[in-house]
Amino acid sequence: MSNIDKATVAKIARLSRIKIEEDKLEPLAGELNNILGWVEQLEEVNTDNIEPMASVVDAKLRWRTDDVNDGDKQESVLKNAPRAEFGFFAVPKVIE
Amino acid sequence: MTDLNKLKIAEARDLLRKGELTARELTETHIKAVDEADVLNAYIEKTPEIALEQADKADAMIKAGDAPAMAGIPVGIKDLFATKGVHTQACSKILDGFKPEYESTVTQKLWDNGAVMLGKVNMDEFAMGSSNETSYYGPVKNPWRRGDTDTVPGGSSGGSVAAVAGFAAMGATASDTGGSIRQPAAFTGTFGIKPTYGRCSRYGMVAFASSLDQAGTITRDVRDGAIMLEAISGFDSKDSTSVDVAVPNFEAALTGDIRGMKIGIPKEYYLDGMSSELEALWQKGIEWLKAAGAEIVDISLPHTKYALPTYYIVAPAEASSNLARYDGVRYGLRETVEGGGLEDMYEATRAAGFGDEVKRRIMIGTYVLSAGYYDAYYLKAQKVRQLISNDFKEAFKSVDAILTPTAPSAAFAPGEKSDDPLAMYLNDVFTVPASLAGLPGSSVPAGLDEGGLPLGLQVLGKPWDEETVLKVSGVLEEAASFNHEPKVWWR
Repeated sequence: MSNIDKATVAKIARLSRIKIEEDKLEPLAGELNNILGWVEQLEEVNTDNIEPMASVVDAKLRWRTDDVNDGDKQESVLKNAPRAEFGFFAVPKVIE
Repeated sequence: MTDLNKLKIAEARDLLRKGELTARELTETHIKAVDEADVLNAYIEKTPEIALEQADKADAMIKAGDAPAMAGIPVGIKDLFATKGVHTQACSKILDGFKPEYESTVTQKLWDNGAVMLGKVNMDEFAMGSSNETSYYGPVKNPWRRGDTDTVPGGSSGGSVAAVAGFAAMGATASDTGGSIRQPAAFTGTFGIKPTYGRCSRYGMVAFASSLDQAGTITRDVRDGAIMLEAISGFDSKDSTSVDVAVPNFEAALTGDIRGMKIGIPKEYYLDGMSSELEALWQKGIEWLKAAGAEIVDISLPHTKYALPTYYIVAPAEASSNLARYDGVRYGLRETVEGGGLEDMYEATRAAGFGDEVKRRIMIGTYVLSAGYYDAYYLKAQKVRQLISNDFKEAFKSVDAILTPTAPSAAFAPGEKSDDPLAMYLNDVFTVPASLAGLPGSSVPAGLDEGGLPLGLQVLGKPWDEETVLKVSGVLEEAASFNHEPKVWWR
């Protein structure tokens, strides 16, 4: 089923927001094909009428009263930021 | 008193309570042991000042009477538990310089119980690995060697097990996603236990695969594991998957009485090409439990062979989502490109910050979740996961616990499997199924292979029945009388 070529690796890398150098695309395609080829053995399992399992615990989330129980931590939140200015995270220019 | 660092937690607790030992003495000895074990590379950040301060607090607690069992006990903390103001990077470069402003629930519970932090211990980057060779801080060395040859400590909790086996911590926190507690425990002759998913809070634990990640402990014996696990267990409203069930007295479960208990032996765990000594050890385990009065029952877990491929879809899928947060904006590393914009910063930061194995898993995860492939891979894996979980449910209708080997081999040499991801993944063949089903499981040191390296046996239990896992583990430990120690070469 899987046949990942260089172009597909480049596309996955782009979706993953990881820069991959041109000369690494081919070897990565080989590695990913190996792994995907191996996981494809799941095709032989009959899963008709089986519910997909997302969690081992009851997926229903607990409720709590809607009150403010945290906050006012601007300094803490920004403390580890590579760059912060005027109480905000600072990033390279987005709009020209 | 000599060799304070060789005491077990239970022994130290009793001496501390009797006033024959102070937490300060015990901590000072361990700080020295940590320094002497530098060559193991188990610790990536030492915190002696914090340790001594906590030791004095513990001494005051003990003096006041009624101190908890962990009071004054020096431990190592896996680098993925957030510790306020202290290095927390899951051993990744992408969290460069990160010092959390908050404390994980697991570590907070330890400090509330009077435990002492010796430092942060090494691990595979984001817990992705089975040999502790993917850490940004370099590989960990196993205190156990094959003759004069180095071996890996297993992973991902390689620093945790090396610290405990190397007498540089009395216990350590660890985490399991697919076997990261049990497999390294088996490689180092230590006791590792992963509780039921939901037993320990994941708040403040760096996330890898959220539906699988669960905290646990590494100690030198079963009793210590019971004591430490109890200290970190319990409901926490800050983790939406934490389950509100009472935490029993785990140490009290160690009665040694397993008469009439039914122990399942899954036939699917007999692998083709399994080493004869591993098979012999498993057989010995069966005999030990039989001799203690248990009834051995042959069981079948028919979907066992599909557990690893299922895991290697589910875990990378969740990882690709969890690790999307590392973008160079809010914490950790930032790499910018001359003249580039925000997107370039994301791509450059993630390229520089993640190691090869982490990149591989993010990309696999991204692929299996992408349009056109979601149903064929991810949904399919979730369905097979259900079948694997059903296998266990069915088996536990007729047995109380399951006994298997922990890992397919003893510790291997560095580099032996690091070039072949699939060969590395096979290390977790016996541990992954229970992780997928969220079951409690342990690894008990049970013997040595012909090269003198430890081998472990795995005990699996029903959800929320850590007590049976501990009880059976205790019986195996007693019967195996594993009292081997690694020859000290690292000082």
